[in-house]
Amino acid sequence: MSRSGIFVVFYFILYLLVQVMLFKQLVLFNTAFCFVYVVFILMLPIETNPLILMGIAFLLGISIDIFYDSLGLHAMSLVLVAYVRNYLLATITPQGGYDAGEGPTLASNGLQWFLVYSIPLVFIHHFVLFFTEAGGFGVFWFTMLKVITSLAFTMTVILFLQYFSFERRR
Amino acid sequence: MQRLLNFFYEYRAFFTFLLLELFCAWLLIENNQYQSTKFFNSSNRLAANILSFSQGSREYFSLRQINEEVSRENSQMRTLLEQLTRDAQSASTKDSLVRYEFVSAKVLNNSVAQFKNYITINRGRDAGIEPGMAAISSFGAVGKVKAVSEHFSVLISILNIDEQVSSTLKRTGNFGTIQWDGTDPRLVNLLYVPRHVQPLVGDTVVTSGYNAVFPGGIMIGIIQDVKLKDEALFYDIRVELSQDFRRLSFVKIIKSKLKSELDSLETVTIGKVP
Repeated sequence: MSRSGIFVVFYFILYLLVQVMLFKQLVLFNTAFCFVYVVFILMLPIETNPLILMGIAFLLGISIDIFYDSLGLHAMSLVLVAYVRNYLLATITPQGGYDAGEGPTLASNGLQWFLVYSIPLVFIHHFVLFFTEAGGFGVFWFTMLKVITSLAFTMTVILFLQYFSFERRR
Repeated sequence: MQRLLNFFYEYRAFFTFLLLELFCAWLLIENNQYQSTKFFNSSNRLAANILSFSQGSREYFSLRQINEEVSRENSQMRTLLEQLTRDAQSASTKDSLVRYEFVSAKVLNNSVAQFKNYITINRGRDAGIEPGMAAISSFGAVGKVKAVSEHFSVLISILNIDEQVSSTLKRTGNFGTIQWDGTDPRLVNLLYVPRHVQPLVGDTVVTSGYNAVFPGGIMIGIIQDVKLKDEALFYDIRVELSQDFRRLSFVKIIKSKLKSELDSLETVTIGKVP
């Protein structure tokens, strides 16, 4: 297995454990969840084959689902994120293209680009997740409140993590 | 044929995506069906041990609260024991005593903020737990057993939008159904109470015992709000749960000794209908 492959496996397990042992317990105001594991799919190298990307997303989603007792729910949302990701990356390519071998991180592309990249994907994930769990649009505004507050919470944690690794790299 | 294969190859990402999503949807639907003994939930050994470790480290911060709860439960039990010894002469209580057996278990994993909440506990098949049994705490009904493994089980909480509990108004004796709407973890709805009944704020709601899961008379909560719209057939009743699910640390699983007898009797009776 190549070096990057080992890193992927390492981060996979790290994000899974952090999500189910730490962030699963952190629910603010009974509505704001933090699904930080989405960032693992966002951070995989740009040239990753979409089939492999979706495969990894499916595995991570199912693993999270086992701990949340919601088999299929997180996997469904995360596979959708993995599918949309590459189209979004192609749409918002910065001038001069991406640096070869670089992940789509805040450090390599700047804050503005990173927000345009991550907010829609995290929103899609949360939207699909909460409305599928609620079983439709029965309690629309309450579910929407959950989506928005969770989006804010997850994005805060993601940005914090990005700045943290950014400082360390320099 | 070649063209068809080319077409599939060209859109392979999309078709893989479709396949995975359909598989996930199938899992979701399959998982919603009540009672299963599948492996892929938090009762499997690895997941339960990780959750147990994480709960164990968090527990130190809530020891005081757990202590309080246990001592309160202790005093309740003492009162009950007192009553029972007083009633021991009259033989009528004997029947209900042997009908149910209790297994005490610790909560490893619990959530209240999702739409479908589940509870993982540290007892499983080896303690005699089976899917379909009822779970209560010292303050009221908690849920039903959904899946069991050798040493752990998963309960479907009352705070789950798919869960319905047959219940009755203690004062008037009318029946209704308790179901959560997914919003506030302290409140559930009491459905299907018809117009002619007069429920009041402060009335007690208990389980009806009309299914073999919950024994009758187990506390669910107290009515907090009663509304009746002009054209509605039924009341809109909000019930405040007597068990605060955010601070649930111990549950008791009820083993109904007569459940199989009741079930087989009902099957026979229904089976005989011409």
